Amino acid sequence: MIGVELRKTFGRPRTWVTIAVLNALPVLVAVLLRLTDLAPRPGEGPPFLSAVLTNGQLYPLAALAIVLPLFLPIAVAVVSGDAVAGEAQAGTLRYLLARPAGRTRLLVAKLVAVLAFVVVTVVVVAAVGYLVGTLLFDARPVAGGTSVSGTSLTPEELAVRTLMAIGYVAVSMLGVAAFGLFFSTLTDSPLAAALGALAVLVTSSLLFTLDAASPIAPYLPTRYWLAFVDLFRDPVLWRDVVRGLALQGVYVGVLLAAAWANFTTKDVTS
Amino acid sequence: MSSVVVTRGLVKQYGRVRAVDGIDLDVRTGDVYGFLGANGSGKTTTVRMLLGLVLPTRGEVELLGERMPRAGRRVLPRVGALIEGPAHHRHLSGAANLALLDAAGPGGSRRTRRRRVAEVLDQVGLGGVGRRKVGAYSLGMRQRLGLAGALLRRPELLVLDEPTNGLDPQGISEVRELLLDLHRGGTTVFLSSHLLAEVEQLCSRVGVLDRGRLVLQDEMAHLTAPTGATVVDTPAPERVRAVLDGRVLSADGGRVVVRGADPAEVNALLVGAGVPVRGLALQRPTLEEVVLAAAGTSADRVERA
Repeated sequence: MIGVELRKTFGRPRTWVTIAVLNALPVLVAVLLRLTDLAPRPGEGPPFLSAVLTNGQLYPLAALAIVLPLFLPIAVAVVSGDAVAGEAQAGTLRYLLARPAGRTRLLVAKLVAVLAFVVVTVVVVAAVGYLVGTLLFDARPVAGGTSVSGTSLTPEELAVRTLMAIGYVAVSMLGVAAFGLFFSTLTDSPLAAALGALAVLVTSSLLFTLDAASPIAPYLPTRYWLAFVDLFRDPVLWRDVVRGLALQGVYVGVLLAAAWANFTTKDVTS
Repeated sequence: MSSVVVTRGLVKQYGRVRAVDGIDLDVRTGDVYGFLGANGSGKTTTVRMLLGLVLPTRGEVELLGERMPRAGRRVLPRVGALIEGPAHHRHLSGAANLALLDAAGPGGSRRTRRRRVAEVLDQVGLGGVGRRKVGAYSLGMRQRLGLAGALLRRPELLVLDEPTNGLDPQGISEVRELLLDLHRGGTTVFLSSHLLAEVEQLCSRVGVLDRGRLVLQDEMAHLTAPTGATVVDTPAPERVRAVLDGRVLSADGGRVVVRGADPAEVNALLVGAGVPVRGLALQRPTLEEVVLAAAGTSADRVERA
């Protein structure tokens, strides 16, 4: 069942087009930086972007930071919103359930497929970022990198922290996927489900900037998204990273439970 | 004889509307069961409850002797279904669609999958286009592909909702032959349809649904059994009336209905009296007459309360 869903997700051209489009922006930014040599000053623009001119190995992180606020969540919302509602709209859901795929199994398989999409997308963005970064900018594999705090990092430290950052971004996107999947079980329209998940994120981002909303700010799903930058401080500032992981864990747990409860008791009339 | 589909007091309530109102279906092994009803009479909701897609408000469903939806994982692999038209992934080929569906549940061996897919594609007449994308299929071809999906695991029971939708006359007759063929091979067929002719030609038992209630369930042979009258086709209806005084039940042009279940006896009387007779037949009600008598107006009509 899981194999079937993975084949469906990665067998459709749309998935790869999405991933390709997602990579277009960081590549474009890299080319512009290379041509103009005008990097944003430290502290401005997306994180890490100021540093890439001197060390191309930081570009995977810059690439993730570029797609994280908007493109990546949109892609994840679309794919996760499509998971169940897309089958419902196409009419294939009734055949899957009559096959019988089993409702819980189907939901788990959908979740795994969405998860795989998230991981593959984040890894591809990072990999393309690394490729572009090392091709266009100076790579200093021997010297390692510089932490956000200003101290220097060995290449090993940099690699490990980059992998952790990729993992952290993937977990953040899991929260989006959980919203998408939950809405996907509520409606038969994949568009509505994706928009629902995006609406949550837009609301969250908006409230985050609002002082009046500061009491609930720690619980907003997008609150700790950029905490992966903290992994590059020296020493690593774990506080927000851990809180971010815990928060996403709670959202994912609650939303998946709700999705399961709704999907296993619902009349499939599509 | 054992029953393949049994429902007891099955009810589905949507808000204030009762889509299915306490029906007791009984489909036996070896039946070709025609499930008739106007559009909106609750056929599809019932079919979906049989397959565990819609959960009943009250009542129970037994499929192949086990309670649904609890036993779905054991029972449904032995059931083939076509529910409210076919549905496939358009960007995949017909064969790939069938293979994915087969892999999505229990009871379909991976080893035999490729062979089974090729077999059912041939069986429904799609052998030549199995590798083409479903997006390029005509409506009739999609319907055939849906049927192929239902046959993939040689099911004991076929549940088909309007299986000839979108097919041309040749296609309809091919599907009819295919179903009769499967039935001869021991498959029980549950055919939901609003097409009386289709059911009349295929089915051995009939259930009629009217606004959520099962108003009729009987053997086709009983329903259309001779009525005990003989239909005489004659150019001289008034002379028939004169000879068989008191036995004429009705006369409509040259078609006279006479009491008496023996056409030979009626014929002898008429010919003896010199009345010209063009044809004689036992009177049998058509399925349409039976259904119209049992069911009320079309469920599409919504009268003011």
